[in-house]
Amino acid sequence: MSSNLTAAGFPTQALTGEMLELDEDDDLEVFSKDVTLTDGSSVSASLPTSPSSMTNQYRFEEESDARDIFVTVDNPESHVTALETFITYRVVTKTTRSDFDSCEYEVRRRYQDFLWLRDRLEETHPTLIVHPLPEKFVMKGMVERFNNDFIETRRKALHKFLCRIAEHSILSCNADFKIFLTAQAWELTSHKKQGPGLLSRMGDTVRAVAASVRGVKNRPEEFVAMQEYVDTFSQRMGSLDKVTQRIFKEMKEYLDDLKQYGPTYVLWSGSEEELVEPLKGVAGCIDKCCQATEEQLSQMSDNLVPLLHEYVLCSDTIKAVLRRRDNIQTEYEAKYDILVNKQADREALKGEVEKLEDKVECANSALKGDWERWQSKMRGDVKAGFVSTAQKNIDYHEKCLAVWESFLTSVNADQSVEKSAGLNS
Amino acid sequence: MADSGGPEAAQLSSNDPKGELGDVIPEEARSLLRKMEISVAEAEKRTGKNAVNMLETYTVYLIETRRVDSSAENQNFSPDSLWRRYSEFELLRNYLLVTYPFVIVPPLPEKRAEFVWHKLSADNMDPDFVERRRIGLENFLLRVASHPILSNDKIFYDFLTEENGWKEEVMETGFQPKLFILADSRLKALNATFRVKNPDKRFTELKHYSDELQSVTSQLLRVRARVADRLYGVYKVHGNYGRVFSEWSAIEREMGDGLQSAGHHMDAYAASIDDILEEEENYADQLKEYLFYAEALKAVCRKHELLQYELETAAQDLMSKKQQREELASGTVRTFSLKGMTSKLFGQETPEQREAKMRVLEEQIQEGEELLQEKKTECDEYVRNAWSDMERFTVQKDRDLREAMISYAVMQISMCKKGIQVWTNAKECFSKM
Repeated sequence: MSSNLTAAGFPTQALTGEMLELDEDDDLEVFSKDVTLTDGSSVSASLPTSPSSMTNQYRFEEESDARDIFVTVDNPESHVTALETFITYRVVTKTTRSDFDSCEYEVRRRYQDFLWLRDRLEETHPTLIVHPLPEKFVMKGMVERFNNDFIETRRKALHKFLCRIAEHSILSCNADFKIFLTAQAWELTSHKKQGPGLLSRMGDTVRAVAASVRGVKNRPEEFVAMQEYVDTFSQRMGSLDKVTQRIFKEMKEYLDDLKQYGPTYVLWSGSEEELVEPLKGVAGCIDKCCQATEEQLSQMSDNLVPLLHEYVLCSDTIKAVLRRRDNIQTEYEAKYDILVNKQADREALKGEVEKLEDKVECANSALKGDWERWQSKMRGDVKAGFVSTAQKNIDYHEKCLAVWESFLTSVNADQSVEKSAGLNS
Repeated sequence: MADSGGPEAAQLSSNDPKGELGDVIPEEARSLLRKMEISVAEAEKRTGKNAVNMLETYTVYLIETRRVDSSAENQNFSPDSLWRRYSEFELLRNYLLVTYPFVIVPPLPEKRAEFVWHKLSADNMDPDFVERRRIGLENFLLRVASHPILSNDKIFYDFLTEENGWKEEVMETGFQPKLFILADSRLKALNATFRVKNPDKRFTELKHYSDELQSVTSQLLRVRARVADRLYGVYKVHGNYGRVFSEWSAIEREMGDGLQSAGHHMDAYAASIDDILEEEENYADQLKEYLFYAEALKAVCRKHELLQYELETAAQDLMSKKQQREELASGTVRTFSLKGMTSKLFGQETPEQREAKMRVLEEQIQEGEELLQEKKTECDEYVRNAWSDMERFTVQKDRDLREAMISYAVMQISMCKKGIQVWTNAKECFSKM
């Protein structure tokens, strides 16, 4: 069996030695079960901690010397009004930042509020990569809106979203973010009503469309590379998402048939005498494997499926960011063309052009910086997600292994009991 | 070498029906296998003209036998061998069915692949199918050779050792017409009017058991095939991870190597299911053997039913003849007979006629008594022999099926271990990303 692998050149012997070294390495906190490193456990024992988000909170502190703001999302609650039913989540903030009046805040927010926050962040920082939110609707019909698994999956994603904002050196200082974390419900509602009016937002959209129609002239090399990367990345993520969904489906069908398999052995045992024990034993093993398979399916939909989903959405986010960057450059280029070609009003135009040039510079450097950080986080998430998936698969096979091994032990024990009984008689 | 089997042989073996000597001397040692190693070593394709002069392709199997002399120091006898095709095995089995009706004759491997899951071709020429059939045929020969009665049969011995003239020899035994009787008894069993008045309880239970065994093993085989199909799907889809990881690794600097090598492990995982399921086919074959054994059990029950029916018919005929004699003697007519009616209509018979009738009846009653006695003996003997073989069969079945389930567990364990290995390797690759 392992000959396949060694033939392909994998160092199967060296594995265990290397693994030990890596465990001692600080970078692999993914293996650390020490949750006290992060805020999760200090907030509430009921919060089911997501290891990947923990480690990501801890890991990327290169931006500030120490994390000074921690956010959690938990405690979903259902609210029923005459008009609608909706879920709110508790958002708890702990911070030592001086621009916060208090060091601890607790508010309740609904999905709409998160949407608003994200829109505001994107408007304010058009070329920063703002983590995506979980989707508004799940179209597949696999999950109902108020199904517990769906709510939990969404809660985890919302938690991750806020954590990413909180870790971001620029976004975490955003005013709307602060209000989101601290304002009472009525305060938030009234604040939402301020801000760019509908007309001005329409104007932005029109400009954006016009810009994209015009097209950018000299896209810098690094952004060309970024675009290519994202296009490919997006396809790969989409494929992985599809493959994972397909595995889920096949495994579900396997489970359905497996559930009929065990009972057939039990049925058989009804006609037999000597064979009753082994037949029932086999049936029992199969049933336990069914259980293990159910657990495996459930963890797949809790972990890998949402992760891949998330990064499909990330790709879309980055594509939008690149488009916005392009539009800023296009705007500048357009004004610059006017400056060069028209003689009138040079002074006024020059000012504008310089402002736009600055805008382009800022946008580019913001994106460049954020790109590196996004890639870093992405790699962290992907690594953690796939390591966890591999581990879950190992656990699944180990569960089944234990079940069959114990069957063998008991069946062989029976045999030796019979044999010794035979010898004695 | 050995005499053809028969009641004497059955008697001898019935002294030790449970094989209680078994632990000390394995059952096989008391039979042909003590003297001879048998194997079906190879399979080959042949092309030839068939009975209607058309070219056909068929498979032949190489039967190797080697004399084993336990006393000799030099064990190196060179093997004898001959080629046989499946149809000849069928001939042999039908001959055994007819000649030893009370024996639960070992079944042949299936003629055509059934209970297939999607990957296995149902093609008889498929090399995997041929290989499994080779094993099945060897198993059949070993079973016959280790049977206390069947192993002594000359036709069987010649099947193993005489390449030429065996077909003619087996035909000369005249077993084929009797085969029709067996087939006929099958039809009779389906016919509702054919009913035994005092069925032997043990055989009724045996018939129920064989029905249950047949039904449950075929259900099990069906479900197993479906489960195998699904499992195949699960494993194979993982191969797509390999492909996508490989494509993705092209755009990643830091993660590229990890993704690439993890992808290889996913490919290995997807490929591993082929061997796993191929091995599981052996388990399915073991179940199939007992599915077919159920049919053999039923045949023994049917034959008993036929004998019982004949016995009851003979007893009934005898009783009715005796009644007729009584009526003739006393002059009363209780039983309806055409002769009786016509004599009423057309006048009484003469004393001479009555005496002649009486004489005929007495003769018939005498014959009837003898026939009844014959049938009774036949039936009793059959029951004794059949029951002895049933007990032998039960011991064999319990042992074999238990072993089969153990080996199934071993297969599952091996599959789990392979899975653990692959995912551990994959995890290693992911960790290094």
